[in-house]
Amino acid sequence: MKFASEFRNPKAAQAVLARISEVADAIGATAENPVSIMEICGGHTHAIFRYGLDKLVHEGVEFIHGPGCPVCVLPMARVDECVEIAEREGVIFTTFGDAMRVPGTLKSLMQAKAGGADIRMVYSPLDALELARRNPEREVVFFGLGFETTTPSTALSIQQAAREGLKNFSVFCNHITVPEPIRALLQDPHMMLDGFIGPGHVSMVIGTHPYDFIAQEYSRPIVVAGFEPLDLLQSVLMVLEQIRDGRAQVENQYARVVPAQGNPVSLAAIADVYERRPSFEWRGLGEIDASGLRIRAKYAAFDAEEKFSVGYAAGPRHVPEPEGCSCGAVMTGRIKPTACAQFGRGCTPDTPLGALMVSSEGACAAYWQYRGARGAEAAE
Amino acid sequence: MCLGIPGQIVAITDVDRMMAMAEVSGVRREINIACVLDGPAELLVGKWALIHVGFAMSLIDEEEAAETLRALQELGEAQEALEAMAEGQKALEEGKP
Ligand code: SF4
Repeated sequence: MKFASEFRNPKAAQAVLARISEVADAIGATAENPVSIMEICGGHTHAIFRYGLDKLVHEGVEFIHGPGCPVCVLPMARVDECVEIAEREGVIFTTFGDAMRVPGTLKSLMQAKAGGADIRMVYSPLDALELARRNPEREVVFFGLGFETTTPSTALSIQQAAREGLKNFSVFCNHITVPEPIRALLQDPHMMLDGFIGPGHVSMVIGTHPYDFIAQEYSRPIVVAGFEPLDLLQSVLMVLEQIRDGRAQVENQYARVVPAQGNPVSLAAIADVYERRPSFEWRGLGEIDASGLRIRAKYAAFDAEEKFSVGYAAGPRHVPEPEGCSCGAVMTGRIKPTACAQFGRGCTPDTPLGALMVSSEGACAAYWQYRGARGAEAAE
Repeated sequence: MCLGIPGQIVAITDVDRMMAMAEVSGVRREINIACVLDGPAELLVGKWALIHVGFAMSLIDEEEAAETLRALQELGEAQEALEAMAEGQKALEEGKP
Protein backbone atom coordinates (compact mmCIF):
# COMPACT_ATOMS: atom_id res chain seq x y z
CA MET A 1 0.00 0.00 0.00
CA LYS A 2 1.25 3.43 -0.87
CA PHE A 3 0.42 5.05 2.44
CA ALA A 4 2.54 2.55 4.33
CA SER A 5 5.87 4.27 3.70
CA GLU A 6 4.58 7.42 5.34
CA PHE A 7 3.99 5.77 8.67
CA ARG A 8 6.84 5.24 11.06
CA ASN A 9 5.37 1.88 11.90
CA PRO A 10 3.19 0.74 8.99
CA LYS A 11 2.53 -2.70 10.51
CA ALA A 12 1.12 -1.15 13.67
CA ALA A 13 -1.00 1.23 11.59
CA GLN A 14 -2.40 -1.68 9.56
CA ALA A 15 -3.24 -3.54 12.73
CA VAL A 16 -5.05 -0.59 14.26
CA LEU A 17 -6.93 0.04 11.00
CA ALA A 18 -8.07 -3.59 11.00
CA ARG A 19 -9.32 -3.31 14.56
CA ILE A 20 -11.11 -0.05 13.73
CA SER A 21 -12.94 -1.92 10.96
CA GLU A 22 -13.89 -4.76 13.32
CA VAL A 23 -15.30 -2.43 15.95
CA ALA A 24 -17.03 -0.20 13.37
CA ASP A 25 -18.72 -3.30 11.92
CA ALA A 26 -19.70 -4.46 15.40
CA ILE A 27 -21.38 -1.08 16.01
CA GLY A 28 -23.08 -1.31 12.62
CA ALA A 29 -21.46 1.86 11.26
CA THR A 30 -21.85 2.30 7.49
CA ALA A 31 -21.15 5.00 4.93
CA GLU A 32 -24.85 5.92 5.00
CA ASN A 33 -25.08 5.82 8.76
CA PRO A 34 -21.60 6.67 10.00
CA VAL A 35 -20.16 7.24 13.45
CA SER A 36 -19.26 10.95 13.53
CA ILE A 37 -16.12 11.84 15.44
CA MET A 38 -15.02 15.44 15.84
CA GLU A 39 -11.32 16.20 16.10
CA ILE A 40 -11.33 19.44 18.04
CA CYS A 41 -7.78 20.60 17.34
CA GLY A 42 -6.70 22.22 14.07
CA GLY A 43 -3.35 20.40 14.31
CA HIS A 44 -5.26 17.12 14.21
CA THR A 45 -7.29 18.32 11.21
CA HIS A 46 -4.03 19.05 9.41
CA ALA A 47 -2.58 15.63 10.31
CA ILE A 48 -5.74 13.77 9.24
CA PHE A 49 -5.54 15.37 5.79
CA ARG A 50 -1.79 15.08 5.53
CA TYR A 51 -1.94 11.31 6.02
CA GLY A 52 -5.33 10.82 4.41
CA LEU A 53 -6.60 9.15 7.56
CA ASP A 54 -10.21 9.95 6.67
CA LYS A 55 -9.78 7.76 3.58
CA LEU A 56 -7.87 4.99 5.33
CA VAL A 57 -10.33 4.30 8.11
CA HIS A 58 -13.46 2.18 7.75
CA GLU A 59 -16.11 3.93 5.64
CA GLY A 60 -18.45 4.03 8.61
CA VAL A 61 -16.18 6.49 10.45
CA GLU A 62 -16.57 10.14 9.57
CA PHE A 63 -14.32 12.96 10.80
CA ILE A 64 -16.00 16.27 11.57
CA HIS A 65 -13.47 19.08 11.77
CA GLY A 66 -13.82 21.09 14.94
CA PRO A 67 -13.37 24.76 15.82
CA GLY A 68 -9.85 24.28 17.18
CA CYS A 69 -7.88 26.67 14.98
CA PRO A 70 -7.61 30.03 16.74
CA VAL A 71 -6.85 31.89 13.52
CA CYS A 72 -9.94 30.42 11.84
CA VAL A 73 -12.41 31.42 14.53
CA LEU A 74 -11.12 34.98 14.86
CA PRO A 75 -13.99 37.31 13.95
CA MET A 76 -13.48 40.07 11.40
CA ALA A 77 -14.22 42.72 14.02
CA ARG A 78 -11.14 41.64 15.98
CA VAL A 79 -8.93 41.92 12.89
CA ASP A 80 -10.31 45.41 12.34
CA GLU A 81 -9.44 46.29 15.91
CA CYS A 82 -5.88 45.01 15.43
CA VAL A 83 -5.51 47.25 12.40
CA GLU A 84 -6.96 50.17 14.34
CA ILE A 85 -4.37 49.73 17.11
CA ALA A 86 -1.51 49.08 14.68
CA GLU A 87 -2.20 52.28 12.76
CA ARG A 88 -1.99 54.48 15.85
CA GLU A 89 0.93 56.88 16.09
CA GLY A 90 3.95 55.40 17.87
CA VAL A 91 2.72 51.81 18.03
CA ILE A 92 4.77 48.72 17.20
CA PHE A 93 2.20 45.96 16.70
CA THR A 94 3.55 42.44 17.11
CA THR A 95 1.80 39.24 16.06
CA PHE A 96 2.28 35.57 15.26
CA GLY A 97 2.73 35.24 11.50
CA ASP A 98 -0.40 33.06 11.24
CA ALA A 99 -2.64 36.06 11.83
CA MET A 100 -1.13 38.31 9.16
CA ARG A 101 -3.39 37.25 6.28
CA VAL A 102 -6.73 36.93 8.06
CA PRO A 103 -9.11 39.25 6.22
CA GLY A 104 -10.66 42.15 8.11
CA THR A 105 -13.52 44.31 6.85
CA LEU A 106 -11.17 46.67 5.02
CA LYS A 107 -7.79 45.02 5.23
CA SER A 108 -5.64 42.35 6.79
CA LEU A 109 -2.62 43.06 8.99
CA MET A 110 -0.46 42.24 5.96
CA GLN A 111 -2.18 44.99 3.98
CA ALA A 112 -1.95 47.42 6.89
CA LYS A 113 1.80 46.73 7.07
CA ALA A 114 2.16 47.37 3.35
CA GLY A 115 0.30 50.64 3.97
CA GLY A 116 2.98 51.75 6.42
CA ALA A 117 1.88 50.52 9.85
CA ASP A 118 4.75 49.18 11.98
CA ILE A 119 3.60 45.57 12.25
CA ARG A 120 6.16 42.90 13.07
CA MET A 121 5.86 39.15 13.00
CA VAL A 122 7.30 37.56 16.10
CA TYR A 123 7.77 34.00 17.29
CA SER A 124 6.97 34.65 20.91
CA PRO A 125 5.51 37.29 23.25
CA LEU A 126 9.07 37.29 24.67
CA ASP A 127 10.13 39.03 21.44
CA ALA A 128 7.48 41.70 22.04
CA LEU A 129 8.74 42.17 25.61
CA GLU A 130 12.28 42.61 24.33
CA LEU A 131 11.08 45.14 21.73
CA ALA A 132 9.40 47.11 24.53
CA ARG A 133 12.66 47.15 26.51
CA ARG A 134 14.65 48.32 23.48
CA ASN A 135 12.13 50.96 22.37
CA PRO A 136 11.00 52.79 25.53
CA GLU A 137 9.57 55.69 23.50
CA ARG A 138 7.26 53.39 21.49
CA GLU A 139 4.10 51.51 22.51
CA VAL A 140 4.61 47.79 21.89
CA VAL A 141 1.40 45.79 21.58
CA PHE A 142 1.32 42.00 21.35
CA PHE A 143 -1.62 40.31 19.67
CA GLY A 144 -2.42 37.54 22.17
CA LEU A 145 -4.05 34.80 20.15
CA GLY A 146 -4.73 31.15 20.76
CA PHE A 147 -6.18 28.50 22.99
CA GLU A 148 -4.87 27.31 26.33
CA THR A 149 -1.57 26.25 24.73
CA THR A 150 -0.47 29.84 24.12
CA THR A 151 -2.38 31.50 26.99
CA PRO A 152 0.34 30.76 29.59
CA SER A 153 2.94 32.49 27.40
CA THR A 154 1.14 35.84 27.44
CA ALA A 155 0.17 35.48 31.11
CA LEU A 156 3.81 34.91 32.08
CA SER A 157 4.93 37.77 29.81
CA ILE A 158 2.49 40.19 31.47
CA GLN A 159 3.70 39.08 34.90
CA GLN A 160 7.28 39.66 33.80
CA ALA A 161 6.43 43.12 32.38
CA ALA A 162 4.78 44.00 35.71
CA ARG A 163 7.85 42.87 37.66
CA GLU A 164 10.08 45.05 35.47
CA GLY A 165 7.67 47.99 35.61
CA LEU A 166 7.49 48.24 31.80
CA LYS A 167 5.13 51.08 30.86
CA ASN A 168 5.02 50.58 27.10
CA PHE A 169 3.99 46.91 26.78
CA SER A 170 0.45 45.66 26.41
CA VAL A 171 -1.44 42.62 25.12
CA PHE A 172 -4.50 42.69 22.89
CA CYS A 173 -6.06 39.61 24.41
CA ASN A 174 -7.96 37.21 22.18
CA HIS A 175 -7.33 34.04 24.10
CA ILE A 176 -10.13 31.52 23.90
CA THR A 177 -10.85 28.23 25.60
CA VAL A 178 -11.57 24.77 24.22
CA PRO A 179 -14.28 23.33 26.53
CA GLU A 180 -16.89 26.10 26.05
CA PRO A 181 -17.39 25.84 22.28
CA ILE A 182 -17.66 22.06 22.71
CA ARG A 183 -20.42 22.62 25.24
CA ALA A 184 -22.11 25.00 22.80
CA LEU A 185 -21.92 22.36 20.04
CA LEU A 186 -23.31 19.68 22.34
CA GLN A 187 -26.23 21.92 23.28
CA ASP A 188 -27.19 22.32 19.61
CA PRO A 189 -30.25 20.10 19.04
CA HIS A 190 -29.04 19.28 15.50
CA MET A 191 -25.72 18.04 16.79
CA MET A 192 -24.92 14.58 15.48
CA LEU A 193 -21.54 13.95 17.08
CA ASP A 194 -20.90 10.54 18.59
CA GLY A 195 -17.51 11.22 20.13
CA PHE A 196 -14.47 13.47 20.26
CA ILE A 197 -10.72 13.41 19.73
CA GLY A 198 -9.37 15.82 22.35
CA PRO A 199 -6.49 18.25 21.70
CA GLY A 200 -3.08 17.09 22.92
CA HIS A 201 -1.16 20.27 23.57
CA VAL A 202 -4.08 22.20 25.02
CA SER A 203 -4.59 19.31 27.43
CA MET A 204 -0.93 19.40 28.40
CA VAL A 205 -1.79 22.77 29.99
CA ILE A 206 -5.32 22.19 31.33
CA GLY A 207 -5.22 18.44 31.96
CA THR A 208 -8.10 16.09 31.16
CA HIS A 209 -10.65 17.04 33.84
CA PRO A 210 -12.11 20.06 31.99
CA TYR A 211 -13.60 17.48 29.58
CA ASP A 212 -15.43 15.51 32.26
CA PHE A 213 -18.73 17.21 31.41
CA ILE A 214 -18.60 15.77 27.88
CA ALA A 215 -18.75 12.24 29.28
CA GLN A 216 -20.82 12.90 32.37
CA GLU A 217 -23.42 15.40 31.15
CA TYR A 218 -23.57 14.55 27.46
CA SER A 219 -22.61 10.86 27.49
CA ARG A 220 -20.05 11.21 24.70
CA PRO A 221 -16.60 9.58 24.71
CA ILE A 222 -13.53 11.79 24.36
CA VAL A 223 -9.97 10.60 23.90
CA VAL A 224 -7.09 13.08 24.23
CA ALA A 225 -4.66 12.34 21.39
CA GLY A 226 -1.14 13.02 20.20
CA PHE A 227 -0.81 14.24 16.63
CA GLU A 228 1.23 11.51 15.00
CA PRO A 229 -0.86 9.40 12.62
CA LEU A 230 -0.67 6.31 14.82
CA ASP A 231 -1.77 8.37 17.84
CA LEU A 232 -4.82 9.52 15.93
CA LEU A 233 -5.74 6.03 14.70
CA GLN A 234 -5.39 4.60 18.20
CA SER A 235 -7.60 7.37 19.54
CA VAL A 236 -10.27 6.68 16.93
CA LEU A 237 -10.20 3.04 17.99
CA MET A 238 -10.53 4.00 21.66
CA VAL A 239 -13.57 6.19 20.88
CA LEU A 240 -15.17 3.37 18.87
CA GLU A 241 -14.55 0.83 21.62
CA GLN A 242 -16.26 3.09 24.13
CA ILE A 243 -19.27 3.40 21.81
CA ARG A 244 -19.37 -0.37 21.28
CA ASP A 245 -19.27 -0.97 25.04
CA GLY A 246 -21.82 1.73 25.81
CA ARG A 247 -19.25 3.71 27.81
CA ALA A 248 -18.66 7.47 27.86
CA GLN A 249 -15.34 8.36 29.45
CA VAL A 250 -12.45 10.77 29.22
CA GLU A 251 -9.45 8.72 28.13
CA ASN A 252 -5.89 9.86 27.59
CA GLN A 253 -4.01 8.35 24.65
CA TYR A 254 -1.26 10.99 24.97
CA ALA A 255 -0.36 10.37 28.62
CA ARG A 256 3.34 10.50 27.71
CA VAL A 257 2.93 14.29 27.43
CA VAL A 258 -0.44 15.10 29.03
CA PRO A 259 -0.72 14.83 32.83
CA ALA A 260 -4.31 14.48 34.08
CA GLN A 261 -3.88 17.60 36.24
CA GLY A 262 -2.29 19.76 33.54
CA ASN A 263 0.65 22.09 34.14
CA PRO A 264 0.34 23.79 37.56
CA VAL A 265 2.65 26.74 36.82
CA SER A 266 0.74 27.59 33.63
CA LEU A 267 -2.63 27.28 35.31
CA ALA A 268 -1.53 29.53 38.18
CA ALA A 269 -0.25 32.21 35.77
CA ILE A 270 -3.47 32.08 33.73
CA ALA A 271 -5.62 32.39 36.87
CA ASP A 272 -3.54 35.32 38.14
CA VAL A 273 -3.63 37.35 34.93
CA TYR A 274 -6.91 36.45 33.23
CA GLU A 275 -10.59 36.17 33.98
CA ARG A 276 -13.45 34.99 31.77
CA ARG A 277 -15.36 37.45 29.63
CA PRO A 278 -19.14 37.04 29.94
CA SER A 279 -19.06 35.98 26.30
CA PHE A 280 -16.78 36.12 23.25
CA GLU A 281 -17.55 36.18 19.54
CA TRP A 282 -16.33 33.29 17.36
CA ARG A 283 -16.28 33.48 13.60
CA GLY A 284 -18.97 31.20 12.29
CA LEU A 285 -20.22 30.23 15.73
CA GLY A 286 -21.36 33.57 17.14
CA GLU A 287 -21.15 34.63 20.78
CA ILE A 288 -20.32 31.79 23.18
CA ASP A 289 -20.72 32.24 26.93
CA ALA A 290 -17.52 32.39 28.99
CA SER A 291 -15.40 31.23 26.04
CA GLY A 292 -12.89 34.08 26.00
CA LEU A 293 -10.42 35.54 28.47
CA ARG A 294 -9.69 39.14 29.37
CA ILE A 295 -6.95 40.71 31.46
CA ARG A 296 -7.85 41.27 35.12
CA ALA A 297 -8.20 44.84 36.42
CA LYS A 298 -4.99 44.58 38.44
CA TYR A 299 -3.07 44.22 35.16
CA ALA A 300 -5.15 46.85 33.30
CA ALA A 301 -1.97 48.80 32.50
CA PHE A 302 -0.99 45.89 30.20
CA ASP A 303 -4.39 45.56 28.54
CA ALA A 304 -4.36 47.05 25.03
CA GLU A 305 -8.15 47.09 24.95
CA GLU A 306 -8.18 49.45 27.93
CA LYS A 307 -5.14 51.43 26.81
CA PHE A 308 -6.55 52.14 23.36
CA SER A 309 -10.28 51.90 24.14
CA VAL A 310 -10.99 49.37 21.43
CA GLY A 311 -12.86 46.09 21.22
CA TYR A 312 -15.07 45.02 24.08
CA ALA A 313 -13.79 48.01 26.06
CA ALA A 314 -15.39 50.30 23.43
CA GLY A 315 -18.86 48.79 23.72
CA PRO A 316 -20.91 46.22 21.82
CA ARG A 317 -20.21 45.74 18.14
CA HIS A 318 -20.69 43.08 15.51
CA VAL A 319 -19.37 42.81 11.99
CA PRO A 320 -21.21 40.45 9.65
CA GLU A 321 -19.21 37.85 7.74
CA PRO A 322 -18.50 38.45 4.04
CA GLU A 323 -21.15 37.71 1.43
CA GLY A 324 -21.20 34.12 0.17
CA CYS A 325 -18.91 32.78 2.90
CA SER A 326 -19.99 29.49 4.45
CA CYS A 327 -17.32 29.28 7.15
CA GLY A 328 -19.96 28.92 9.87
CA ALA A 329 -21.65 25.96 8.20
CA VAL A 330 -18.30 24.26 7.57
CA MET A 331 -17.13 24.80 11.11
CA THR A 332 -20.21 23.23 12.62
CA GLY A 333 -19.89 20.23 10.30
CA ARG A 334 -23.10 21.00 8.37
CA ILE A 335 -21.35 21.13 5.00
CA LYS A 336 -18.00 20.09 3.56
CA PRO A 337 -15.65 22.87 2.40
CA THR A 338 -16.15 21.89 -1.23
CA ALA A 339 -19.87 22.66 -0.88
CA CYS A 340 -19.10 26.34 -0.26
CA ALA A 341 -19.84 28.37 -3.41
CA GLN A 342 -16.61 30.35 -2.87
CA PHE A 343 -14.31 27.32 -2.50
CA GLY A 344 -11.56 27.56 -5.12
CA ARG A 345 -13.35 30.47 -6.81
CA GLY A 346 -13.49 33.61 -4.68
CA CYS A 347 -11.57 31.85 -1.93
CA THR A 348 -8.12 30.21 -2.23
CA PRO A 349 -5.11 30.14 0.11
CA ASP A 350 -3.55 33.03 -1.84
CA THR A 351 -6.68 35.17 -1.66
CA PRO A 352 -8.63 33.87 1.33
CA LEU A 353 -12.15 35.14 1.80
CA GLY A 354 -12.92 33.14 4.89
CA ALA A 355 -10.61 32.37 7.77
CA LEU A 356 -10.77 28.60 7.21
CA MET A 357 -8.67 29.13 4.09
CA VAL A 358 -5.93 31.12 5.83
CA SER A 359 -4.20 28.66 8.10
CA SER A 360 -2.94 25.18 7.26
CA GLU A 361 -5.05 24.06 10.22
CA GLY A 362 -8.25 25.37 8.67
CA ALA A 363 -10.50 22.75 7.12
CA CYS A 364 -10.81 24.59 3.78
CA ALA A 365 -7.06 25.11 3.35
CA ALA A 366 -6.48 21.45 4.27
CA TYR A 367 -9.00 20.32 1.65
CA TRP A 368 -7.39 22.61 -0.92
CA GLN A 369 -3.85 21.48 -0.14
CA TYR A 370 -4.37 17.72 0.09
CA ARG A 371 -7.52 16.76 -1.77
CA GLY A 372 -5.93 17.11 -5.21
CA ALA A 373 -2.79 15.15 -4.37
CA ARG A 374 -4.73 12.30 -2.87
CA GLY A 375 -7.19 12.13 -5.72
CA ALA A 376 -4.26 11.56 -8.08
CA GLU A 377 -2.81 8.91 -5.80
CA ALA A 378 -6.07 6.99 -5.70
CA ALA A 379 -6.17 6.96 -9.50
CA GLU A 380 -2.72 5.36 -9.79
CA MET B 1 1.78 28.33 16.62
CA CYS B 2 -0.41 25.68 18.30
CA LEU B 3 1.91 22.71 18.08
CA GLY B 4 5.00 22.76 20.23
CA ILE B 5 8.45 21.95 18.87
CA PRO B 6 11.03 19.91 20.79
CA GLY B 7 14.25 21.58 21.83
CA GLN B 8 17.16 20.77 24.12
CA ILE B 9 17.99 23.13 26.97
CA VAL B 10 21.72 23.87 26.65
CA ALA B 11 22.32 26.64 29.22
CA ILE B 12 20.58 28.77 31.82
CA THR B 13 20.90 32.40 30.75
CA ASP B 14 18.99 34.35 33.41
CA VAL B 15 17.84 32.64 36.61
CA ASP B 16 15.72 35.61 37.81
CA ARG B 17 13.76 35.85 34.60
CA MET B 18 13.71 32.04 34.29
CA MET B 19 15.31 32.12 30.87
CA ALA B 20 17.44 29.49 29.18
CA MET B 21 19.09 28.86 25.83
CA ALA B 22 17.59 26.03 23.85
CA GLU B 23 18.67 24.35 20.67
CA VAL B 24 15.86 23.60 18.25
CA SER B 25 16.85 21.75 15.09
CA GLY B 26 20.30 23.32 15.24
CA VAL B 27 18.95 26.82 15.89
CA ARG B 28 19.62 28.53 19.22
CA ARG B 29 16.85 30.51 20.79
CA GLU B 30 16.28 31.95 24.26
CA ILE B 31 13.23 30.46 25.95
CA ASN B 32 11.32 30.75 29.22
CA ILE B 33 11.48 27.74 31.54
CA ALA B 34 9.03 28.78 34.31
CA CYS B 35 6.54 26.01 33.46
CA VAL B 36 9.04 23.16 33.71
CA LEU B 37 11.04 24.48 36.66
CA ASP B 38 11.01 22.11 39.61
CA GLY B 39 14.11 22.65 41.70
CA PRO B 40 17.41 24.28 40.69
CA ALA B 41 17.38 25.56 37.10
CA GLU B 42 20.80 24.01 36.35
CA LEU B 43 19.26 20.54 36.55
CA LEU B 44 17.35 21.32 33.35
CA VAL B 45 20.51 21.65 31.26
CA GLY B 46 20.65 18.77 28.80
CA LYS B 47 16.92 18.01 29.10
CA TRP B 48 14.47 18.04 26.20
CA ALA B 49 11.29 20.09 26.29
CA LEU B 50 8.29 20.79 24.11
CA ILE B 51 8.54 24.50 23.36
CA HIS B 52 5.47 26.56 22.55
CA VAL B 53 5.96 30.13 21.31
CA GLY B 54 9.18 30.46 23.30
CA PHE B 55 8.03 28.72 26.49
CA ALA B 56 9.11 25.23 27.56
CA MET B 57 5.80 23.60 28.45
CA SER B 58 6.65 19.99 29.15
CA LEU B 59 9.77 17.89 29.62
CA ILE B 60 9.96 14.93 27.26
CA ASP B 61 12.52 12.20 26.75
CA GLU B 62 14.95 12.26 23.87
CA GLU B 63 13.15 9.58 21.90
CA GLU B 64 9.81 11.35 22.18
CA ALA B 65 11.57 14.55 21.09
CA ALA B 66 12.96 12.87 17.98
CA GLU B 67 9.65 11.29 17.00
CA THR B 68 7.71 14.50 17.60
CA LEU B 69 10.18 16.44 15.48
CA ARG B 70 9.77 13.90 12.69
CA ALA B 71 5.99 14.26 12.77
CA LEU B 72 6.28 18.04 12.78
CA GLN B 73 8.61 17.97 9.81
CA GLU B 74 6.15 15.86 7.84
CA LEU B 75 3.39 18.32 8.65
CA GLY B 76 5.58 21.25 7.64
CA GLU B 77 5.15 22.67 11.14
CA ALA B 78 8.80 22.39 12.14
CA GLN B 79 9.88 24.55 9.22
CA GLU B 80 7.15 27.04 10.09
CA ALA B 81 8.34 27.28 13.69
CA LEU B 82 11.95 27.83 12.58
CA GLU B 83 10.87 30.51 10.12
CA ALA B 84 8.86 32.19 12.86
CA MET B 85 11.93 32.20 15.10
CA ALA B 86 13.94 33.87 12.35
CA GLU B 87 11.15 36.43 11.87
CA GLY B 88 11.16 37.16 15.60
CA GLN B 89 14.90 37.79 15.49
CA LYS B 90 14.45 40.09 12.50
CA ALA B 91 11.67 42.01 14.25
CA LEU B 92 14.03 42.83 17.12
CA GLU B 93 16.69 44.14 14.81
CA GLU B 94 14.42 46.13 12.51
CA GLY B 95 15.46 49.79 12.53
CA LYS B 96 13.24 52.46 14.00
CA PRO B 97 11.24 53.97 11.19
S1 SF4 C 1 -14.18 28.18 0.99
FE1 SF4 C 1 -13.59 30.12 1.95
S2 SF4 C 1 -15.50 31.22 2.29
FE2 SF4 C 1 -16.05 29.08 1.85
S3 SF4 C 1 -16.21 28.16 3.89
FE3 SF4 C 1 -14.10 27.84 3.21
S4 SF4 C 1 -12.93 29.59 4.01
FE4 SF4 C 1 -15.12 30.10 4.19
